[in-house]
Amino acid sequence: MISFSGVSKSYPGGFEALRGVSFSIAAGEFVCLSGHSGAGKSTLIKLVAALELPTRGTVLVNGQNTAALRPRSAPYYRRNFGVVFQDHKLLFDRNVLENVLLPLRIAGVEAKEAAKRARAALDKVGLLTKEKAFPVTLSGGEQQRLAIARAVVHRPPVLLADEPTGSLDAAYSDAILDIFRAFHQVGMTIIMATHDESIPRGGPVRVLRLRQGTLMS
Amino acid sequence: MKSWISHHRHSLAESLRRLGGAPLANLFNVLVIGVALSFPLGLYLGLSNLQALSARFSGDPELGIFLAADADKADASQLEARLKAHPAVARARFVPKGEALEDLKRATGLADLVETLGRNPLPDGFVVLPKQRDPRELAGLGREIAGWPKVAHVQLDSEWAGKLDAILRLGQGLVLLLAGLLGFALVAITFNTIRLQVLTRREEIQVSKLIGATNAFIRRPFLYFGTLQGLAGGGIGLLLLYAGPLFLNRSVAELARLYASDFRLLLLSIPDGLAVLGFSAALGWLGAWLSMARHLREIDPR
Repeated sequence: MISFSGVSKSYPGGFEALRGVSFSIAAGEFVCLSGHSGAGKSTLIKLVAALELPTRGTVLVNGQNTAALRPRSAPYYRRNFGVVFQDHKLLFDRNVLENVLLPLRIAGVEAKEAAKRARAALDKVGLLTKEKAFPVTLSGGEQQRLAIARAVVHRPPVLLADEPTGSLDAAYSDAILDIFRAFHQVGMTIIMATHDESIPRGGPVRVLRLRQGTLMS
Repeated sequence: MKSWISHHRHSLAESLRRLGGAPLANLFNVLVIGVALSFPLGLYLGLSNLQALSARFSGDPELGIFLAADADKADASQLEARLKAHPAVARARFVPKGEALEDLKRATGLADLVETLGRNPLPDGFVVLPKQRDPRELAGLGREIAGWPKVAHVQLDSEWAGKLDAILRLGQGLVLLLAGLLGFALVAITFNTIRLQVLTRREEIQVSKLIGATNAFIRRPFLYFGTLQGLAGGGIGLLLLYAGPLFLNRSVAELARLYASDFRLLLLSIPDGLAVLGFSAALGWLGAWLSMARHLREIDPR
């Protein structure tokens, strides 16, 4: 479903985030990208969602070469993914429910149906009682869960999560991993970037280790 | 289709909310647009009034023919026959010198002055109504008649109307020029407002793009905003334009009464008003569209 072949990405200034990375991921897999910060995890996630393009090599997703995406079709391509960004990218001028409604509005889901689905997503992450709250009033863990709700509300086939447990203590991390496992069980492909120590134990999880932009076996 | 309509409704509601959200700043924007629009509109209205005025006074063009002082009755009736036989003349009326003097007394209130003259200084004359209204043909006819014996002078009544017409045409050119410039200003104002909005909502736009919003989706509320702002500006412009003549009409009526006329200032017609609203809304939309085309490219996730 997702395959990288010989993918390198360098940024202006010469920094090489990824060097000749090749792998493939089948639909329905739960993949953990592990490695220290700066190992290239975020870059890899952005390459999958075509938020970045490879400098060399090709990224193929469902047979679509991301470098060949036309600007017109890029938005529709991105809707195949739910992305949990490292910095959440919540909108602080609107409440919890409205944050979750955004992807549905973008996808053109009719208002009533959208509200129903948004509440269902909030329910899954345990934020249903806070739908009127503004993101600033939420704790770090709650903001993280809100970001997850927004990422999955439009039921994307692939969930990309960039250090979703990064700044959380163990109890919160476990709660979030449980949420991910639940999504995985209903068939979602999950690619999660994480520090080595918080790789979920148990369950069918595949680990891809990155070190300084290269993939360890 | 349903979701498309619902998004349009949502965009419109959001734009209205944003217009109301910063009432003072938006009010000033709208006022600037309104005042800018009212200039060419006011000039246009002024011109229409002048045109109406000139149409009132010029009416049908007439030729005034003054006979030489030594012309007698026989000369006059000979001339009358000749005028009436002329193919370019529709009607010719003889005005004897006595009648002309009475007219002068009546029309100007100079009776006292005329009494002191002792004798009638006016010559006999004709008022000729030509078949053609074309100023050049009129001038030709005037010249021809001026060459006839016993004709001292031919006065072309429509001469001043022609001059006024030329001035009015110049004014119309000026209106177009001014409308063009201020229309451009409207586009520029909207461009700038939208630019500021894009800057303040940069994050939202960025996030929307990251999670798959099309440019059209992002553009839509801004386009609505620009259009609404233009529309509101047009509304203010019209308001100023209606308020102005109402304010002036009293003095105009007073002035007209002194000149024994019932002339009143014309207001902008309803189709014209609607056209102004449509035009300003379209220019607002254009400004917003240009602004979005420019700034959306800067906020690309790649």
